[in-house]
Amino acid sequence: MSNIPADRKYTKSHEWVKTNDDGTLTIGITEHAQELLGDMVFIEVPEEGGTLNAGEDCAVVESVKAASDVYAPVGGEVVEANEGLADSPETVNQDPYGEGWLFRVKPEGEPQDLMDPDAYQALVDSESH
Amino acid sequence: MPFIPHTEEEVRAMLDAIGESSMEALFDEIPAELRSEGLNRVPPGASEMQVGQEIRQRAAADGQPVCFMGAGAYEHHIPAAVWELTTRGEFYSAYTPYQAEASQGTLQVVYEFQTMMAHLTGMDASNASMYDGASALAEAALMAVRANRKAKSKRILIPESVHPVYRRVVETIVRNQGLELDSLAVDPEGGHVDPAALPEDPGTFAGLVIPQPNYFGVLEEVDALTDWAHAHGGLVIGQVNPTAMAVLTPPGEWGTEGADIACGEGQPLGAPLSSGGPYFGFMTCKQSHVRQLPGRIVGGTIDADERRGYTLTLQAREQHIRRSKATSNICTNQGLLATAATIYLSLMGPDGLERVATASHANTRKLAEALTAIDGVEKVFDRPCFHEVALRTEVPADRLLDALAAEGILGGVALGEDYPELGDAFLVCATEVRTEDQIRAYADAVARILPTLRD
Repeated sequence: MSNIPADRKYTKSHEWVKTNDDGTLTIGITEHAQELLGDMVFIEVPEEGGTLNAGEDCAVVESVKAASDVYAPVGGEVVEANEGLADSPETVNQDPYGEGWLFRVKPEGEPQDLMDPDAYQALVDSESH
Repeated sequence: MPFIPHTEEEVRAMLDAIGESSMEALFDEIPAELRSEGLNRVPPGASEMQVGQEIRQRAAADGQPVCFMGAGAYEHHIPAAVWELTTRGEFYSAYTPYQAEASQGTLQVVYEFQTMMAHLTGMDASNASMYDGASALAEAALMAVRANRKAKSKRILIPESVHPVYRRVVETIVRNQGLELDSLAVDPEGGHVDPAALPEDPGTFAGLVIPQPNYFGVLEEVDALTDWAHAHGGLVIGQVNPTAMAVLTPPGEWGTEGADIACGEGQPLGAPLSSGGPYFGFMTCKQSHVRQLPGRIVGGTIDADERRGYTLTLQAREQHIRRSKATSNICTNQGLLATAATIYLSLMGPDGLERVATASHANTRKLAEALTAIDGVEKVFDRPCFHEVALRTEVPADRLLDALAAEGILGGVALGEDYPELGDAFLVCATEVRTEDQIRAYADAVARILPTLRD
């Protein structure tokens, strides 16, 4: 059973989105996603200061098994990116909801189609059958 | 025996299945003017012996001209062991094998090749080779655009001192990918890109190409150009002659930070001259850009029993992992040539390659001195050269070269078509294989022919 924290929302493509006090959103991949992918070997995060469109592929997580795109759940400016992951990609395996965050955006508009933890739990359950 | 494996019965069955009466009816839709008349000019079949005799006769008609042509492909001595070993059954394939890790020997050769090319260019990483020098430059331009995330630009600066054919190939490959190619002018005195003449505000660009030596054989001011490009947020692509790297500063050490990508034509390293190849390209880069490097990369590793092993690595860049995001469609077509280069370099060693480079430089200087001593021949540019030099005559260059060819001397490559502003100029080259006698015979022939061409 995957850990799905209640303090954030989720996407169908297994990103998590957490709203910060300053209104920015922090984005990462879920524990379920990192379990499926296996040991991370490279993480490419978006450029700080860049602008993302909602749904745009903006980061890459590469594991020993596969390379997957990470999609922006909302458009906006990238205010911070977790550059340290380039040297320690395993952080995404060890702490996907904490130190393994990918990037932070100042959103333009509201993110669409996000799931609450229960709905995401249901998605994970359906995928494991 | 026909070489098309379909029997008449099979063809009939296929036509019946699609409801066509004959092959002729099947191709009915193709307009008559687009259809071939057939191979009417192919003579009737001949035996292997007859064909062999015919081909030998035709080859002999080419003669054994003495070559003073360079312009991108160079005649160098190739130790006999190079192709004796390269064509052994264990190596004799153009490709890295399918199920690559089962062929540790092949992977080790590629690994050694990469190590040598990275060392030669002063870079951290190399791929397993490219098609040729021109397409390697095109791939380097595409790579610079991907790797320079800060510039967010698809603009590449290419000096006019880059090989004209390379510039045309780059244009052909990148024009449909939205890249913008801007040229930089050549200094008419030096034949190089004068750093003092570079624009103060060049605008945003992804990368600058620096040829070393450039198409005219002239050495560019690589340090100043590299620092200028970096100061304006551009990456630096060093397009270099591999033999020259034995004596010149490699791209990895240009300027304050070094070039970011290096590429070039690998033919001088063990591949014989032949019209159209096969040749091969090489491409190396700084560690920070390795994930944007196209093509196969072999890595060294330790297996479960702690033994040294080799494996294809960083494959997420490649088309069989993420097709739409692949850095390139390049694989390893030129593996055999890269194998020859690896053996060539291992036989020459750093000292041997340096002797090839210095002997080629010395011979070209001797040739230039002998030719410019003739009334009516002068150097086009005043800057130092590696093993090629541009000369100007007061008679039509192509007529002079034709007259030399008639005497069995390939006297050089005329520059008029690509650089009309240079007048009757041509490029000459004398590598380590040219003898004093051949150089003297060339100069004597020019001295004799020139007056006959003056009107």
